[in-house]
Amino acid sequence: MTGSKFEFIQGNIACAKGAAYAGCSFFGGYPITPSTEIAEYMSEYLPKNGGKFIQMEDEIASLGSIIGAALTGAKTMTSTSGPGFSLMQELIGYACIAEVPVVIVDIMRGGPSTGLPTSPAQSDLLQAKWGTHGDHPTIALVPSSVEEMFTETVRAFNLAEYFRTPVLVLGDEIIGHMREKIRIPDPGEIQIINRTVPDNSGICPLPYASDSGKPACIPNFGKSRFHVTGLNHDITGFPTMDPAIVARENERILAKIYEQREIVDKWEEIECKDADILMLSVGSAARAAEEAVKTLRNKGIKAGLFRPLTLWPFPKDTFVKYAERAKYIIVPEMNLGQLKTVAERFTKRSKIIPVNLVNGEPISPEHIISVTNYLNI
Amino acid sequence: MKYEVRFSGSGGQGIILASVILGTAAAIYENKETVQSQAYGPEARGGASKADVIISDEPVGYPKAREIDAMVCLSQKAAKKYITSLKKGGIVIIDSDFVDIPESKKYKLFKLPMSSTTLDKMGKLIALNIVSLSALVSITKIISHEALEKAITDSVPKGTESFNIEAALIGKTLAETAK
Repeated sequence: MTGSKFEFIQGNIACAKGAAYAGCSFFGGYPITPSTEIAEYMSEYLPKNGGKFIQMEDEIASLGSIIGAALTGAKTMTSTSGPGFSLMQELIGYACIAEVPVVIVDIMRGGPSTGLPTSPAQSDLLQAKWGTHGDHPTIALVPSSVEEMFTETVRAFNLAEYFRTPVLVLGDEIIGHMREKIRIPDPGEIQIINRTVPDNSGICPLPYASDSGKPACIPNFGKSRFHVTGLNHDITGFPTMDPAIVARENERILAKIYEQREIVDKWEEIECKDADILMLSVGSAARAAEEAVKTLRNKGIKAGLFRPLTLWPFPKDTFVKYAERAKYIIVPEMNLGQLKTVAERFTKRSKIIPVNLVNGEPISPEHIISVTNYLNI
Repeated sequence: MKYEVRFSGSGGQGIILASVILGTAAAIYENKETVQSQAYGPEARGGASKADVIISDEPVGYPKAREIDAMVCLSQKAAKKYITSLKKGGIVIIDSDFVDIPESKKYKLFKLPMSSTTLDKMGKLIALNIVSLSALVSITKIISHEALEKAITDSVPKGTESFNIEAALIGKTLAETAK
């Protein structure tokens, strides 16, 4: 812990510091509450540290700018909230098929539309999964604390670079704006993954040829020709309509992530092993769920919390293991039942009890506990 | 031990900064588990605004105050809205120049003429948040005045440190005379 420093900072600032730690050198964005502090921090940090910050005209251009910068070799990020996230959907698909590593932070707020700019919500959980069209891989990480805003942002960069794919970080107004004490890790303390680079020639003739799930390197910008397109393409990067190649490549960009679950999966389980009441919750709602679990355990009720830190792909195997033996699955979330649909998909026997709030207020532990009063446990 | 503090008022009064300073003092200079959070509207001035600080010996899970130990109210609207969230026997500190609530056995009420005193001693109202924060610290003793001064120095704009430290002394004196 030598030289390490404790700081009392906002989740959004921890996110920006995580990006800096991971080596982010380009940020393109458009300010929007409750994510603006991320852009503010990067606008000061990057120019002083050899990086570039650019405020774009809107969120479509913001994601376009970081996709372009990522293709030149930079680690890139943008941050937004629901309305901006909606605008980014088309280019998220582009980054998926063109296999461009970018990090997109969405600090969720009340919606739909302009909604409640300064209030918390978890309104984009399913948009993160299915917002862009076509079958595409999705990695979405959901931090629950200021410390996790730092560590999960670092992990987002690592996964983006490793898989050559966009990675989403879903914060919410509470996690983004609240302050907690964190220790900024020393350099080297958290492993940083960098993308595969071509050999000294800088040439990479087959930028879409993968080696057992590991994507090929991105050619060095300026040294090698590189065709990048949103059309289906072959291993050279040029468009193709060959059904066999189109099918293979569409399946490959999913398989590279979904068949390497040990790299991408991450969850926290609290008292799940003997839980009669299993809670499934993420982000700030999970903090209330965790307190509810503690209170219920003190009353002798076997409650537990399953909290995915990687929400997409959903860590279904472990969830199913606990869901199978639980009598009730409680799903607290600040929306009208998005995570509930996931619980329903992977639960056969247990009764699912949703706990929803969309009034701009956070879900409290008491709210969650109140639904357990009449359960037959 | 868990102690919940709420600062409340209207947007622009600096109550979020006051809560950040209290949080910094507790987390960094007194090494306590601390979470600070806030709620405000989309407007830059006006509207109801609140900021919570939870200070504890244990890690803090749920980040919002629910059973408030001590509260500062800088507007009548905020006082009315949040008084019900106060724990029985909790402390309420009001700016008696603009806020009036009845005495009650349910809480300990401190009526401090914070606006008029700040204006009188400092010539401007901008330091009202620091005055009220310091009064709260002096009444609750939740952190030391030294930790408060260090956190003020960390948090206020450069060049305004001594101005704000002076405001903290005014708040302290106000609280001490009220006791």
